[in-house]
Amino acid sequence: MLQDWQPTCSLELMRLRARMLADIRRFFADRSVLEVETPLLSHSVGTDPQLAFFTTEYCLPPKRQTLFLQTSPEFAMKRLLAAGSGSIYQIGKAFRNGEAGRFHNPEFTMLEWYRVGFNLSQLMDEIADLVAMLFSDRQLAETKRVGYRELFVSLTGLDPLEFFYQDYCAFVEGCGLSEAVGICGHDHATWLDFIFSHKVQPHLGGNTAYMVYGYPACQSSLARINKDNAQVVERVELFINGIELGNGYYELTDAEEQNNRFDKELTVRQQQNLPVSIKDEHLISALKSGLPECSGMAIGLDRLLMLLSKSASIEDVLNFPIHRA
Amino acid sequence: MAVYSTNEFKAGLKIMLDNDPCAIIENEFVKPGKGQAFNRVKIRNLKTGRVIERTFKSGESLEGADVIDVEMQYLYNDGQFRHFMVPDTFEQYQADEKIVGDAGKWLKDQDSCTVTLWNDAPLAISPANFVELTIVETDPGVRGDTSGGGGKPATLDTGAVVRVPLFVQQGEMIKVDTRTGEYVSRVKE
Repeated sequence: MLQDWQPTCSLELMRLRARMLADIRRFFADRSVLEVETPLLSHSVGTDPQLAFFTTEYCLPPKRQTLFLQTSPEFAMKRLLAAGSGSIYQIGKAFRNGEAGRFHNPEFTMLEWYRVGFNLSQLMDEIADLVAMLFSDRQLAETKRVGYRELFVSLTGLDPLEFFYQDYCAFVEGCGLSEAVGICGHDHATWLDFIFSHKVQPHLGGNTAYMVYGYPACQSSLARINKDNAQVVERVELFINGIELGNGYYELTDAEEQNNRFDKELTVRQQQNLPVSIKDEHLISALKSGLPECSGMAIGLDRLLMLLSKSASIEDVLNFPIHRA
Repeated sequence: MAVYSTNEFKAGLKIMLDNDPCAIIENEFVKPGKGQAFNRVKIRNLKTGRVIERTFKSGESLEGADVIDVEMQYLYNDGQFRHFMVPDTFEQYQADEKIVGDAGKWLKDQDSCTVTLWNDAPLAISPANFVELTIVETDPGVRGDTSGGGGKPATLDTGAVVRVPLFVQQGEMIKVDTRTGEYVSRVKE
Protein backbone atom coordinates (compact mmCIF):
# COMPACT_ATOMS: atom_id res chain seq x y z
CA MET A 1 0.00 0.00 0.00
CA LEU A 2 1.21 3.50 -0.75
CA GLN A 3 2.39 5.37 2.34
CA ASP A 4 2.06 8.74 0.60
CA TRP A 5 -1.36 9.40 2.14
CA GLN A 6 0.27 10.07 5.49
CA PRO A 7 1.40 13.52 6.65
CA THR A 8 5.14 14.24 6.60
CA CYS A 9 4.71 16.23 9.81
CA SER A 10 4.73 14.64 13.27
CA LEU A 11 1.79 15.00 15.66
CA GLU A 12 4.07 16.91 18.01
CA LEU A 13 4.79 19.49 15.31
CA MET A 14 1.10 19.83 14.43
CA ARG A 15 0.55 20.78 18.08
CA LEU A 16 3.50 23.17 18.04
CA ARG A 17 1.99 24.89 14.99
CA ALA A 18 -1.36 25.29 16.73
CA ARG A 19 0.36 26.76 19.79
CA MET A 20 2.45 29.14 17.63
CA LEU A 21 -0.69 30.40 15.85
CA ALA A 22 -2.49 30.92 19.18
CA ASP A 23 0.55 32.79 20.59
CA ILE A 24 0.70 35.09 17.57
CA ARG A 25 -3.05 35.83 17.75
CA ARG A 26 -2.77 36.65 21.45
CA PHE A 27 0.28 38.88 20.79
CA PHE A 28 -1.66 41.01 18.32
CA ALA A 29 -4.92 40.94 20.28
CA ASP A 30 -3.03 42.34 23.30
CA ARG A 31 -1.86 45.20 21.08
CA SER A 32 -5.31 45.82 19.62
CA VAL A 33 -4.26 44.88 16.09
CA LEU A 34 -7.30 43.62 14.17
CA GLU A 35 -7.24 40.21 12.50
CA VAL A 36 -8.51 40.35 8.90
CA GLU A 37 -8.98 38.06 5.90
CA THR A 38 -8.45 38.97 2.25
CA PRO A 39 -9.01 36.92 -0.93
CA LEU A 40 -6.52 34.33 -2.17
CA LEU A 41 -8.08 34.58 -5.64
CA SER A 42 -7.75 37.93 -7.32
CA HIS A 43 -8.03 39.74 -10.65
CA SER A 44 -4.54 41.18 -10.33
CA VAL A 45 -1.27 40.00 -8.85
CA GLY A 46 2.19 41.17 -7.84
CA THR A 47 4.38 42.44 -10.69
CA ASP A 48 7.75 41.56 -9.12
CA PRO A 49 9.71 39.74 -11.88
CA GLN A 50 11.29 37.49 -9.21
CA LEU A 51 7.94 36.11 -8.08
CA ALA A 52 6.19 33.54 -10.25
CA PHE A 53 2.44 33.26 -9.70
CA PHE A 54 -0.24 30.63 -10.26
CA THR A 55 -3.11 31.38 -12.57
CA THR A 56 -6.50 29.73 -12.55
CA GLU A 57 -9.68 29.88 -14.58
CA TYR A 58 -12.91 31.36 -13.26
CA CYS A 59 -15.89 30.00 -15.21
CA LEU A 60 -19.31 31.58 -14.96
CA PRO A 61 -20.74 30.74 -18.40
CA PRO A 62 -20.59 32.44 -20.75
CA LYS A 63 -17.86 34.31 -18.88
CA ARG A 64 -14.38 32.87 -18.52
CA GLN A 65 -11.75 34.81 -16.69
CA THR A 66 -8.17 34.33 -15.57
CA LEU A 67 -7.67 34.82 -11.85
CA PHE A 68 -4.46 34.73 -9.85
CA LEU A 69 -3.53 33.08 -6.58
CA GLN A 70 -1.96 35.68 -4.32
CA THR A 71 1.82 35.76 -3.86
CA SER A 72 1.17 37.87 -0.75
CA PRO A 73 -1.87 39.58 0.83
CA GLU A 74 -0.11 42.96 0.68
CA PHE A 75 -2.25 44.80 -1.88
CA ALA A 76 -5.59 43.79 -0.41
CA MET A 77 -4.44 44.65 3.11
CA LYS A 78 -3.29 48.09 1.97
CA ARG A 79 -6.75 48.68 0.51
CA LEU A 80 -8.15 47.95 3.97
CA LEU A 81 -5.68 50.40 5.51
CA ALA A 82 -6.69 53.08 3.00
CA ALA A 83 -10.32 52.38 3.92
CA GLY A 84 -9.55 53.24 7.53
CA SER A 85 -9.12 49.80 9.12
CA GLY A 86 -6.35 50.90 11.47
CA SER A 87 -3.56 48.43 12.32
CA ILE A 88 -4.30 44.94 10.97
CA TYR A 89 -2.78 41.48 10.71
CA GLN A 90 -3.51 38.35 8.75
CA ILE A 91 -2.45 34.72 8.94
CA GLY A 92 -3.06 33.09 5.58
CA LYS A 93 -1.76 31.17 2.63
CA ALA A 94 0.43 32.61 -0.12
CA PHE A 95 1.43 30.92 -3.38
CA ARG A 96 4.67 31.15 -5.33
CA ASN A 97 5.12 29.10 -8.44
CA GLY A 98 8.32 27.15 -9.06
CA GLU A 99 9.61 27.41 -5.50
CA ALA A 100 10.43 24.06 -3.95
CA GLY A 101 13.34 23.01 -1.79
CA ARG A 102 14.47 22.51 1.76
CA PHE A 103 13.14 25.96 2.70
CA HIS A 104 10.41 26.39 0.08
CA ASN A 105 7.00 24.97 -0.67
CA PRO A 106 4.94 26.64 -3.43
CA GLU A 107 2.03 27.04 -0.99
CA PHE A 108 2.98 28.37 2.42
CA THR A 109 1.60 30.17 5.45
CA MET A 110 2.35 33.81 5.96
CA LEU A 111 1.86 36.23 8.81
CA GLU A 112 1.53 39.77 7.54
CA TRP A 113 0.83 42.85 9.63
CA TYR A 114 0.61 46.62 9.23
CA ARG A 115 1.00 49.23 11.94
CA VAL A 116 -0.52 52.60 11.28
CA GLY A 117 1.74 55.45 12.40
CA PHE A 118 4.84 53.24 12.83
CA ASN A 119 8.14 54.05 11.16
CA LEU A 120 10.69 51.31 10.40
CA SER A 121 12.40 51.63 13.76
CA GLN A 122 9.13 51.19 15.66
CA LEU A 123 8.29 48.21 13.46
CA MET A 124 11.66 46.66 14.32
CA ASP A 125 10.88 47.08 18.03
CA GLU A 126 7.69 45.12 17.51
CA ILE A 127 9.41 42.40 15.44
CA ALA A 128 11.92 41.99 18.27
CA ASP A 129 9.06 41.69 20.81
CA LEU A 130 7.31 39.07 18.68
CA VAL A 131 10.51 37.04 18.24
CA ALA A 132 11.24 37.26 21.98
CA MET A 133 7.72 36.04 22.79
CA LEU A 134 7.87 33.13 20.32
CA PHE A 135 11.32 31.99 21.42
CA SER A 136 10.78 32.71 25.12
CA ASP A 137 11.33 29.11 26.23
CA ARG A 138 14.21 28.55 23.81
CA GLN A 139 17.81 29.72 23.76
CA LEU A 140 17.92 32.77 21.54
CA ALA A 141 20.05 35.83 22.09
CA GLU A 142 18.48 39.29 21.93
CA THR A 143 17.60 40.50 18.44
CA LYS A 144 20.36 42.54 16.80
CA ARG A 145 19.91 45.37 14.32
CA VAL A 146 22.48 45.86 11.64
CA GLY A 147 22.61 48.14 8.61
CA TYR A 148 22.80 46.36 5.24
CA ARG A 149 25.71 48.44 4.02
CA GLU A 150 27.75 48.12 7.23
CA LEU A 151 27.18 44.34 7.28
CA PHE A 152 27.99 43.89 3.60
CA VAL A 153 31.18 45.94 3.80
CA SER A 154 32.40 44.16 6.94
CA LEU A 155 31.98 40.68 5.41
CA THR A 156 33.00 41.34 1.81
CA GLY A 157 34.90 44.63 1.68
CA LEU A 158 32.53 45.67 -1.14
CA ASP A 159 30.23 48.68 -1.14
CA PRO A 160 26.71 47.42 -1.91
CA LEU A 161 25.45 50.88 -2.81
CA GLU A 162 27.98 51.52 -5.58
CA PHE A 163 28.32 49.02 -8.38
CA PHE A 164 32.00 48.62 -9.24
CA TYR A 165 31.88 45.70 -11.66
CA GLN A 166 35.61 44.91 -11.54
CA ASP A 167 35.66 44.83 -7.72
CA TYR A 168 32.63 42.55 -7.60
CA CYS A 169 34.26 40.18 -10.13
CA ALA A 170 37.58 40.17 -8.27
CA PHE A 171 35.75 39.35 -5.01
CA VAL A 172 33.92 36.28 -6.36
CA GLU A 173 37.03 35.03 -8.18
CA GLY A 174 38.86 35.31 -4.87
CA CYS A 175 36.37 33.08 -3.06
CA GLY A 176 35.98 30.42 -5.74
CA LEU A 177 32.59 31.59 -6.98
CA SER A 178 33.62 32.78 -10.44
CA GLU A 179 30.37 31.39 -11.93
CA ALA A 180 28.75 34.54 -10.49
CA VAL A 181 30.25 36.60 -13.31
CA GLY A 182 28.21 34.69 -15.89
CA ILE A 183 25.07 34.51 -13.76
CA CYS A 184 24.92 38.15 -12.70
CA GLY A 185 26.22 39.91 -15.81
CA HIS A 186 26.00 43.66 -15.29
CA ASP A 187 22.90 43.57 -13.11
CA HIS A 188 23.66 45.17 -9.76
CA ALA A 189 20.61 43.68 -7.99
CA THR A 190 21.48 40.12 -9.06
CA TRP A 191 25.07 40.62 -7.88
CA LEU A 192 23.79 41.73 -4.49
CA ASP A 193 21.45 38.72 -4.29
CA PHE A 194 24.30 36.37 -5.19
CA ILE A 195 26.89 37.77 -2.83
CA PHE A 196 24.41 38.26 0.02
CA SER A 197 23.09 34.66 -0.26
CA HIS A 198 26.55 33.12 -0.46
CA LYS A 199 28.78 35.29 1.65
CA VAL A 200 26.65 37.35 4.04
CA GLN A 201 23.55 35.40 4.99
CA PRO A 202 25.47 32.34 6.30
CA HIS A 203 27.00 34.64 8.94
CA LEU A 204 23.62 35.70 10.31
CA GLY A 205 23.46 32.72 12.66
CA GLY A 206 24.77 31.79 16.07
CA ASN A 207 21.36 31.57 17.75
CA THR A 208 20.79 35.27 17.24
CA ALA A 209 17.98 37.00 15.38
CA TYR A 210 19.24 39.69 13.03
CA MET A 211 17.24 42.54 11.57
CA VAL A 212 19.06 43.84 8.53
CA TYR A 213 17.75 47.26 7.51
CA GLY A 214 18.46 49.97 4.96
CA TYR A 215 18.53 47.98 1.72
CA PRO A 216 20.09 49.39 -1.47
CA ALA A 217 17.58 51.28 -3.59
CA CYS A 218 17.90 48.78 -6.47
CA GLN A 219 16.19 46.24 -4.15
CA SER A 220 13.34 48.51 -3.25
CA SER A 221 10.05 46.80 -4.21
CA LEU A 222 7.39 48.58 -2.18
CA ALA A 223 9.55 50.33 0.38
CA ARG A 224 9.94 54.04 0.65
CA ILE A 225 13.22 55.79 -0.13
CA ASN A 226 15.20 56.99 2.91
CA LYS A 227 14.72 60.74 3.26
CA ASP A 228 18.41 61.38 4.07
CA ASN A 229 20.00 59.01 1.57
CA ALA A 230 18.30 58.28 -1.74
CA GLN A 231 20.54 55.22 -2.31
CA VAL A 232 18.84 53.41 0.56
CA VAL A 233 15.26 52.21 1.11
CA GLU A 234 13.36 51.74 4.36
CA ARG A 235 13.32 47.97 4.24
CA VAL A 236 14.10 45.36 6.91
CA GLU A 237 14.73 41.64 6.63
CA LEU A 238 14.67 39.21 9.56
CA PHE A 239 17.17 36.35 9.76
CA ILE A 240 17.48 33.67 12.42
CA ASN A 241 20.26 31.10 12.26
CA GLY A 242 21.06 32.12 8.69
CA ILE A 243 17.48 31.57 7.51
CA GLU A 244 15.54 34.42 5.91
CA LEU A 245 12.27 34.68 7.82
CA GLY A 246 10.59 37.84 6.69
CA ASN A 247 10.59 41.20 5.04
CA GLY A 248 9.21 44.56 6.09
CA TYR A 249 8.88 48.10 4.78
CA TYR A 250 8.14 51.60 5.83
CA GLU A 251 5.43 51.58 3.22
CA LEU A 252 5.38 53.60 0.07
CA THR A 253 2.25 55.79 0.08
CA ASP A 254 2.89 57.73 -3.12
CA ALA A 255 0.39 56.48 -5.74
CA GLU A 256 2.36 57.87 -8.66
CA GLU A 257 5.66 56.37 -7.52
CA GLN A 258 3.90 53.04 -6.92
CA ASN A 259 2.37 53.12 -10.39
CA ASN A 260 5.79 53.84 -11.94
CA ARG A 261 7.38 50.91 -10.11
CA PHE A 262 4.58 48.61 -11.29
CA ASP A 263 5.08 49.75 -14.89
CA LYS A 264 8.83 49.33 -14.64
CA GLU A 265 8.41 45.77 -13.36
CA LEU A 266 5.86 44.98 -16.05
CA THR A 267 8.37 46.10 -18.68
CA VAL A 268 11.07 43.88 -17.15
CA ARG A 269 8.60 40.96 -17.21
CA GLN A 270 7.97 41.62 -20.88
CA GLN A 271 11.70 41.83 -21.69
CA GLN A 272 12.37 38.55 -19.88
CA ASN A 273 9.41 36.81 -21.53
CA LEU A 274 7.81 36.13 -18.16
CA PRO A 275 4.06 35.48 -17.81
CA VAL A 276 2.03 38.66 -18.06
CA SER A 277 0.97 40.07 -14.73
CA ILE A 278 -1.91 42.47 -14.25
CA LYS A 279 -1.16 45.40 -12.00
CA ASP A 280 -3.53 46.13 -9.17
CA GLU A 281 -5.43 49.27 -10.21
CA HIS A 282 -7.46 48.95 -7.00
CA LEU A 283 -4.27 49.47 -5.01
CA ILE A 284 -3.30 52.52 -7.07
CA SER A 285 -6.78 53.99 -6.47
CA ALA A 286 -6.50 53.21 -2.76
CA LEU A 287 -3.12 54.96 -2.58
CA LYS A 288 -4.60 57.93 -4.41
CA SER A 289 -7.41 58.18 -1.91
CA GLY A 290 -4.76 58.04 0.81
CA LEU A 291 -2.83 55.27 2.55
CA PRO A 292 -2.05 56.26 6.15
CA GLU A 293 1.63 56.42 7.12
CA CYS A 294 2.41 52.83 8.13
CA SER A 295 4.97 50.05 8.29
CA GLY A 296 4.31 46.43 7.45
CA MET A 297 6.02 43.08 7.90
CA ALA A 298 5.56 39.56 6.50
CA ILE A 299 6.96 36.43 8.11
CA GLY A 300 6.95 32.90 6.72
CA LEU A 301 5.38 30.83 9.48
CA ASP A 302 6.50 27.44 8.17
CA ARG A 303 10.13 28.52 8.37
CA LEU A 304 9.50 30.00 11.79
CA LEU A 305 8.18 26.61 12.85
CA MET A 306 11.29 24.96 11.38
CA LEU A 307 13.41 27.18 13.63
CA LEU A 308 11.24 26.61 16.70
CA SER A 309 11.50 22.85 16.21
CA LYS A 310 15.05 22.76 14.78
CA SER A 311 13.71 20.93 11.70
CA ALA A 312 16.02 20.44 8.74
CA SER A 313 13.36 20.63 6.05
CA ILE A 314 10.10 22.48 5.50
CA GLU A 315 8.50 19.06 4.87
CA ASP A 316 8.95 18.26 8.54
CA VAL A 317 6.57 21.06 9.51
CA LEU A 318 3.97 20.72 6.73
CA ASN A 319 1.28 18.07 6.87
CA PHE A 320 1.19 17.63 3.12
CA PRO A 321 4.02 19.26 1.14
CA ILE A 322 3.36 19.79 -2.56
CA HIS A 323 4.28 16.25 -3.66
CA ARG A 324 1.70 14.80 -1.28
CA ALA A 325 -0.88 17.54 -1.64
CA MET B 1 21.50 12.97 -24.47
CA ALA B 2 18.74 14.49 -22.35
CA VAL B 3 19.08 17.96 -20.88
CA TYR B 4 18.29 18.51 -17.19
CA SER B 5 17.07 21.71 -15.56
CA THR B 6 18.24 22.69 -12.06
CA ASN B 7 14.74 21.71 -10.93
CA GLU B 8 15.51 18.11 -11.90
CA PHE B 9 18.92 17.97 -10.23
CA LYS B 10 18.94 15.31 -7.52
CA ALA B 11 21.49 13.09 -5.85
CA GLY B 12 22.89 10.53 -8.29
CA LEU B 13 22.00 12.37 -11.51
CA LYS B 14 24.91 12.27 -13.99
CA ILE B 15 25.57 15.48 -15.91
CA MET B 16 28.31 17.06 -18.03
CA LEU B 17 30.14 20.01 -16.48
CA ASP B 18 33.18 21.69 -18.05
CA ASN B 19 33.35 18.73 -20.48
CA ASP B 20 33.72 16.19 -17.68
CA PRO B 21 31.14 13.64 -16.54
CA CYS B 22 29.93 14.47 -13.04
CA ALA B 23 27.43 13.20 -10.48
CA ILE B 24 25.15 15.44 -8.43
CA ILE B 25 25.59 14.87 -4.70
CA GLU B 26 23.32 17.57 -3.28
CA ASN B 27 21.12 20.34 -4.68
CA GLU B 28 19.92 23.26 -2.57
CA PHE B 29 17.39 25.81 -3.80
CA VAL B 30 18.41 29.26 -2.58
CA LYS B 31 16.05 32.17 -3.07
CA PRO B 32 15.94 35.50 -1.34
CA GLY B 33 12.28 36.44 -0.78
CA LYS B 34 12.61 39.39 -3.13
CA GLY B 35 15.45 38.27 -5.34
CA GLN B 36 17.03 36.00 -7.90
CA ALA B 37 16.71 32.24 -7.31
CA PHE B 38 19.85 30.09 -7.38
CA ASN B 39 20.66 26.42 -7.02
CA ARG B 40 23.73 25.65 -4.96
CA VAL B 41 24.90 22.24 -6.10
CA LYS B 42 27.50 19.82 -4.75
CA ILE B 43 29.01 17.85 -7.61
CA ARG B 44 31.54 15.01 -7.90
CA ASN B 45 33.76 14.96 -10.96
CA LEU B 46 33.69 11.29 -11.95
CA LYS B 47 37.04 11.49 -13.72
CA THR B 48 39.05 12.98 -10.89
CA GLY B 49 36.83 12.11 -7.92
CA ARG B 50 37.03 15.74 -6.76
CA VAL B 51 33.96 17.29 -5.15
CA ILE B 52 33.16 20.90 -5.96
CA GLU B 53 30.35 23.34 -5.21
CA ARG B 54 28.83 25.33 -8.03
CA THR B 55 25.95 27.77 -8.16
CA PHE B 56 23.51 27.96 -11.06
CA LYS B 57 20.75 30.39 -11.86
CA SER B 58 17.52 28.45 -11.21
CA GLY B 59 16.09 27.12 -14.43
CA GLU B 60 19.50 26.79 -16.13
CA SER B 61 20.13 23.37 -17.60
CA LEU B 62 22.99 20.98 -18.20
CA GLU B 63 23.43 18.12 -20.60
CA GLY B 64 23.11 14.66 -19.09
CA ALA B 65 26.15 12.38 -19.08
CA ASP B 66 25.89 8.87 -20.48
CA VAL B 67 27.31 7.22 -17.40
CA ILE B 68 26.25 3.78 -16.13
CA ASP B 69 27.55 1.28 -13.61
CA VAL B 70 27.92 -2.28 -14.93
CA GLU B 71 28.77 -5.42 -12.95
CA MET B 72 31.67 -7.14 -14.73
CA GLN B 73 34.09 -9.96 -14.22
CA TYR B 74 37.77 -9.07 -13.99
CA LEU B 75 39.69 -11.22 -16.47
CA TYR B 76 43.42 -10.44 -16.50
CA ASN B 77 46.18 -7.85 -16.67
CA ASP B 78 48.22 -7.83 -19.91
CA GLY B 79 50.80 -5.47 -18.45
CA GLN B 80 49.32 -2.42 -20.09
CA PHE B 81 45.56 -2.89 -19.70
CA ARG B 82 43.25 -4.68 -17.33
CA HIS B 83 40.49 -6.58 -19.08
CA PHE B 84 36.87 -6.94 -17.93
CA MET B 85 33.87 -8.85 -19.26
CA VAL B 86 30.10 -8.48 -18.93
CA PRO B 87 29.07 -12.02 -17.85
CA ASP B 88 25.75 -12.05 -19.73
CA THR B 89 26.94 -10.77 -23.09
CA PHE B 90 30.66 -11.70 -22.99
CA GLU B 91 31.33 -8.14 -24.11
CA GLN B 92 34.84 -7.10 -23.10
CA TYR B 93 36.33 -3.79 -21.98
CA GLN B 94 39.89 -2.70 -21.21
CA ALA B 95 41.13 -0.01 -18.82
CA ASP B 96 44.62 1.33 -18.14
CA GLU B 97 46.14 1.80 -14.68
CA LYS B 98 45.14 5.48 -14.60
CA ILE B 99 41.48 4.48 -14.75
CA VAL B 100 41.82 1.41 -12.54
CA GLY B 101 43.70 3.39 -9.89
CA ASP B 102 43.57 2.09 -6.33
CA ALA B 103 41.01 -0.56 -7.22
CA GLY B 104 43.80 -2.52 -8.97
CA LYS B 105 45.24 -3.88 -5.75
CA TRP B 106 41.96 -5.67 -4.92
CA LEU B 107 41.29 -7.23 -8.33
CA LYS B 108 41.72 -11.00 -8.56
CA ASP B 109 41.08 -12.90 -11.78
CA GLN B 110 37.43 -13.99 -12.12
CA ASP B 111 36.19 -11.74 -9.29
CA SER B 112 33.25 -9.40 -9.87
CA CYS B 113 33.60 -5.64 -9.74
CA THR B 114 31.72 -2.54 -10.86
CA VAL B 115 32.89 -0.79 -14.00
CA THR B 116 31.57 2.75 -14.53
CA LEU B 117 31.16 3.36 -18.26
CA TRP B 118 31.06 6.83 -19.83
CA ASN B 119 30.00 6.78 -23.48
CA ASP B 120 30.62 3.03 -23.34
CA ALA B 121 34.27 3.38 -22.21
CA PRO B 122 35.50 2.59 -18.67
CA LEU B 123 35.73 5.68 -16.48
CA ALA B 124 36.33 4.12 -13.07
CA ILE B 125 36.53 0.70 -11.41
CA SER B 126 35.14 -0.13 -7.97
CA PRO B 127 36.03 -3.44 -6.35
CA ALA B 128 33.44 -5.42 -4.37
CA ASN B 129 33.14 -4.16 -0.77
CA PHE B 130 34.58 -7.44 0.50
CA VAL B 131 37.18 -9.56 -1.29
CA GLU B 132 38.80 -12.88 -0.36
CA LEU B 133 42.52 -12.98 -1.07
CA THR B 134 45.46 -15.25 -0.21
CA ILE B 135 48.46 -14.20 1.87
CA VAL B 136 51.62 -14.73 -0.16
CA GLU B 137 54.04 -13.28 2.35
CA THR B 138 54.01 -12.49 6.08
CA ASP B 139 56.26 -13.03 9.11
CA PRO B 140 55.62 -16.26 11.03
CA GLY B 141 53.16 -15.61 13.87
CA VAL B 142 53.90 -15.81 17.54
CA ARG B 143 52.73 -19.09 19.06
CA GLY B 144 49.69 -18.87 21.30
CA ASP B 145 48.62 -15.42 20.14
CA THR B 146 44.93 -15.50 19.34
CA SER B 147 43.92 -11.88 19.61
CA GLY B 148 44.33 -8.81 17.41
CA GLY B 149 46.64 -6.51 19.39
CA GLY B 150 49.21 -4.97 17.08
CA GLY B 151 49.26 -7.32 14.15
CA LYS B 152 51.72 -7.49 11.26
CA PRO B 153 51.80 -6.60 7.57
CA ALA B 154 50.82 -9.27 5.05
CA THR B 155 51.22 -9.15 1.27
CA LEU B 156 48.28 -10.60 -0.66
CA ASP B 157 48.22 -12.34 -4.04
CA THR B 158 47.02 -9.13 -5.74
CA GLY B 159 49.93 -7.13 -4.34
CA ALA B 160 47.91 -5.34 -1.66
CA VAL B 161 49.44 -5.08 1.81
CA VAL B 162 47.10 -5.23 4.83
CA ARG B 163 47.62 -5.54 8.57
CA VAL B 164 46.58 -8.95 9.89
CA PRO B 165 46.57 -10.45 13.43
CA LEU B 166 49.73 -12.28 14.47
CA PHE B 167 48.09 -15.73 14.35
CA VAL B 168 47.27 -15.51 10.64
CA GLN B 169 49.76 -17.45 8.52
CA GLN B 170 51.25 -17.31 5.05
CA GLY B 171 49.14 -19.28 2.53
CA GLU B 172 45.87 -18.61 4.34
CA MET B 173 42.92 -16.92 2.67
CA ILE B 174 41.49 -13.80 4.35
CA LYS B 175 38.50 -11.51 3.90
CA VAL B 176 39.27 -7.78 3.49
CA ASP B 177 37.02 -4.69 3.44
CA THR B 178 38.18 -2.76 0.35
CA ARG B 179 36.60 0.51 1.53
CA THR B 180 38.88 0.70 4.58
CA GLY B 181 41.64 -1.70 3.48
CA GLU B 182 41.18 -3.58 6.76
CA TYR B 183 41.35 -7.29 7.55
CA VAL B 184 37.95 -8.75 8.48
CA SER B 185 38.47 -12.47 9.14
CA ARG B 186 40.07 -15.68 8.01
CA VAL B 187 38.22 -17.62 5.36
CA LYS B 188 37.62 -21.31 6.02
CA GLU B 189 38.28 -23.31 2.86
